[in-house]
Amino acid sequence: MDIVGNVLPQVLKDEATEDKGEMARLQSFVGAIAVADLVKTTLGPKGMDKILKPTGPGQEMTHITVTNDGATILRSMYVENPAAKILIEISKTQDEEVGDGTTTVAVLAGELLREGEKLIQKRIHPQHVIAGWRIARDVALKRLRDISSENDINSQEFHDDLVKIARTTLSSKLITTDRDYFADLCVKAVLRLKGSSNLDYIQIIKLPGGTIRDSYLDDGFILKKQITIGCKRRIENAKILVANTAMDYDKIKIYGTKVKVNSMDKVAEIEAAEKEKMKHKVDKILKYQPTVFVNRQLIYNYPEQLLADSGITVIEHADFEGMERVAAATGAEILSTFDAPERSAQVLGHCDLIEEIMIGEEKMIKFSGCKKNEACTIVLRGASTHILDEVDRSIHDALCVLITTVKNRRVVWGGGNSEMQMAAACEEEAKKVQGKQAFAIEAFARALRQIPTIICDNGGYDSAELIQNFKVELQKGNQICGLNMTDGTIGNMSELGVKECLRVKEQALMAASEAAELIMRVDDIVKCAPRKRERA
Amino acid sequence: MSLAFDDYGRPYIILRDQGSKKRMKGLEAYKSNILAAKAVANTLSSSLGPKGMDKMLVSPDGDVSVTNDGSIIVEKMEIQHPTAKLLVELSQSQDAEIGDGTTGVVVLAGKLLEQALTLLDKGNHPLKISDGFDRACDVAIKHLETISEEIDIQANEHEALIQAACTALGSKVVSKRKRELGKIAVTAVLDVADLARKDVNLDLIKIQTKTGGSVEDTRLISGILIDKDMSHPQMPKEVKEAKICLLTCPFEPPKPKTKHNINISSAEDYKKLYQQEQQYFVDMVKLVKDSGANIALCQWGFDDEANHLLLQNELPAVRWVSGTDVELIAMATGARIIPRFQEITPEKLGKAGSVKEVQFGTSNERMLVIENCQCTKAVTILIRGGSQMIVDEAKRSIHDAICVIRNLIKDNRIVYGGGSAELACAIQVLQYADEVSSVEQYAIRSFADALEGIPCCLADNCGLNPITSVAQAKSRQLQENNPRIGIDCMELGTTDMKEQRIYETLSSKKQQIQLATQVVKMILKIDDVIAPDDY
Repeated sequence: MDIVGNVLPQVLKDEATEDKGEMARLQSFVGAIAVADLVKTTLGPKGMDKILKPTGPGQEMTHITVTNDGATILRSMYVENPAAKILIEISKTQDEEVGDGTTTVAVLAGELLREGEKLIQKRIHPQHVIAGWRIARDVALKRLRDISSENDINSQEFHDDLVKIARTTLSSKLITTDRDYFADLCVKAVLRLKGSSNLDYIQIIKLPGGTIRDSYLDDGFILKKQITIGCKRRIENAKILVANTAMDYDKIKIYGTKVKVNSMDKVAEIEAAEKEKMKHKVDKILKYQPTVFVNRQLIYNYPEQLLADSGITVIEHADFEGMERVAAATGAEILSTFDAPERSAQVLGHCDLIEEIMIGEEKMIKFSGCKKNEACTIVLRGASTHILDEVDRSIHDALCVLITTVKNRRVVWGGGNSEMQMAAACEEEAKKVQGKQAFAIEAFARALRQIPTIICDNGGYDSAELIQNFKVELQKGNQICGLNMTDGTIGNMSELGVKECLRVKEQALMAASEAAELIMRVDDIVKCAPRKRERA
Repeated sequence: MSLAFDDYGRPYIILRDQGSKKRMKGLEAYKSNILAAKAVANTLSSSLGPKGMDKMLVSPDGDVSVTNDGSIIVEKMEIQHPTAKLLVELSQSQDAEIGDGTTGVVVLAGKLLEQALTLLDKGNHPLKISDGFDRACDVAIKHLETISEEIDIQANEHEALIQAACTALGSKVVSKRKRELGKIAVTAVLDVADLARKDVNLDLIKIQTKTGGSVEDTRLISGILIDKDMSHPQMPKEVKEAKICLLTCPFEPPKPKTKHNINISSAEDYKKLYQQEQQYFVDMVKLVKDSGANIALCQWGFDDEANHLLLQNELPAVRWVSGTDVELIAMATGARIIPRFQEITPEKLGKAGSVKEVQFGTSNERMLVIENCQCTKAVTILIRGGSQMIVDEAKRSIHDAICVIRNLIKDNRIVYGGGSAELACAIQVLQYADEVSSVEQYAIRSFADALEGIPCCLADNCGLNPITSVAQAKSRQLQENNPRIGIDCMELGTTDMKEQRIYETLSSKKQQIQLATQVVKMILKIDDVIAPDDY
């Protein structure tokens, strides 16, 4: 009923709800802040991990995940709150775009909203808050770009920077104790790509067993397959034919065919014809004179035997990705027809040595000395699949950051330096701005400063003390100071070698402020009636 | 109520199944309908104007979208009340016809209904109200035309168009970058516009979204972007001076629609069939190659063998190109869509400056760009943003801006925004009311009040005092005889909308007032609602 006493007719469907004004805003803030709080303990080198356990009937004992990666945590969560979904969404985008900083982006957006909520309680209109945030974001972005530095791509400095960045990224992960080792490994892998950003060339193989330290970078290419029995196990100077063709008794692709015969002889004839057709195909393949034949599809015994008889090593059932990598690494063309043996030199891949190796318990095929030396393999070892999965995610993060850095080449100091600098810039700007927006700019600065504060808190240090000292140190003009998370002091980032990629910071800042703005602008939430599902 | 008695006093039923149906009649029906429609208008009213807020909508499947676009909000609210649904359609027809002002039209309808309710309470007959509104509407429209101004869309590097686009974008989440996005939209529209015929084919502007980066990274690509990559990983990533063969038949053996069987009864048959099968692919590729094409785009899939033959013949190809893309490419490159391999001729090929593959982010997603097309200049606006919701909202905003620009190219008359046009009309309608001697004058006066509701609503959303600011603006309009005084939403220190350069198209404003009046008239004519009870 409205104030006059009229009965309001029902406009929306049953079970649909509409929340307006303060209620809607409260709902968004609560949801977004809850999500941010959930992941914030994973932030920084002393951040903690989370266990993700699937729920639902029959899922109790299934595979669990232990991780520190913000995107993985958020992606696996089922939330109903729409604002929380927005935060999860930006975290996913951050993961796709730059691969790291997925926790930072959600936490920053959450902190912005926490500050925004306070401003709204002070009766400042959301649009004014947004106006202030926009000014602050531009100022912060400008400062961030100003403090970044660039090195020539081939210089030793750039190489050192890459190692430092990889170390910084890995320091918050499970493998922090071995971060120097892995940082070096990742940088080597990325530098092999020679500036291309194709992560496909870096293959990661996970094998339980051994310790994390036993992981290594193999400059060859490893295919998780076995060489068919009866073939040579070691081929030097291999000529590789990579194919995607049916090697069973070829199905007839013409529609509607059917074999209909009227005597046993005919059956035999057709069988012979089939065999001949296969033989014909094998002969055509042989004309290319390969020494190794890799096929994506399965190979029947007969053609396999024919090929093996001719001294060709056969690898069947290679998966699609693996095959593309083999092709890319060895410079082979993926063939599906075999009518042009004169192009043999062009289409065959080449590598110095193919051999079957044993890693742990498993047999694999290693291609070394490939024509194109871009591909490489990182073999990860570890005590359990959970550890391996987490190491895989960490390495993936590091590789993504490194690739982004190679593309962008600009770096900033880590250890909260960039956030503190941005916050300082915002505060300076706030002093110059007239109107209520200034409060929002200050709030933006506080939100930025929350990131190093949370990092301190997670490390168990006195964050209030440290951050204040940090502020003073910056004010004194020490541009390269930052948090030393081993001693709990303010240290020199140059000496500690903590660097981060500018692009990651930029993307986190922009995505977080965009998302916070989006949530802030909402004054009405309409939830439609949930779709009824038929119960099986 | 629906039970009557005949001459002998026997009851008979007028309405069947009365128990299971709900019926509302007379004043009760009017009021119920108006209240339902008003509820929708109220939800939208806080989205009006540059400082309007957004709505968060959760779909039945739990997907979230955040938007400021009136027509999208009412569509996604899944309204079930029949009268409220009329407002949904109202917003959608504004969207279909004009593309912008979808919120304004619903808010105006709401204000009109509010006035109608008071008039009903005073005992006015609904049809009299509706007649009065009708006459007032005519006056308002006429006045709009007199205060409209023609603008030179060419002057100053299309400054006027950019301003109009900025006005449309000003209320959206992307408003921070409205200038840049406005420019992109203007360039895109002008690229494809046929200025001689004053027409714009909006199909030629493709809006592609991709999450990542930020809204600033949105850019205009003078070509067509398709979300596909080459069919074989080893095909060249760039084709210059492309001659495009556009196919709608798969590189596969033919599959006749008629049911048939091919019986193989001997080994020779078997061999022949095998050869024929091989021959199909060779022929297909040869036909394409012979026509001089150096890239093939196909709506369907490729057989592995055909795919490899294409590679072997150095003919890059793309498979599974969507139907709309195929048509767009055909329009832009002058290619004919070829349904059979036998019909490929050199004349049917489309030409483009280059076709190349571009890559985004770390997740290895690739897209193809077709640039410098031969015929028309099809363009693509690639929208970037921090999350799917932002990107979606940016897409809707840019669509609005594009529509505004198109309308201006069609008809270059504008009125000024900021509520000034509504206020000017209200003054005019009020004057007219005094000249009317019949009872309709009350309705006409109420129409004027409803029009004033728009600037009121604007001022309210901007955190200004609505009564003071509207009163001030109104008195200045009357004193200075200047129809351009409105509400200073952006707090720029002037209420003259010409100085603030807030442009709206005349066609959009006219349409808003007309459509809103029509819907209100329709609602006012309903005096009986019969519906199943559970509603």
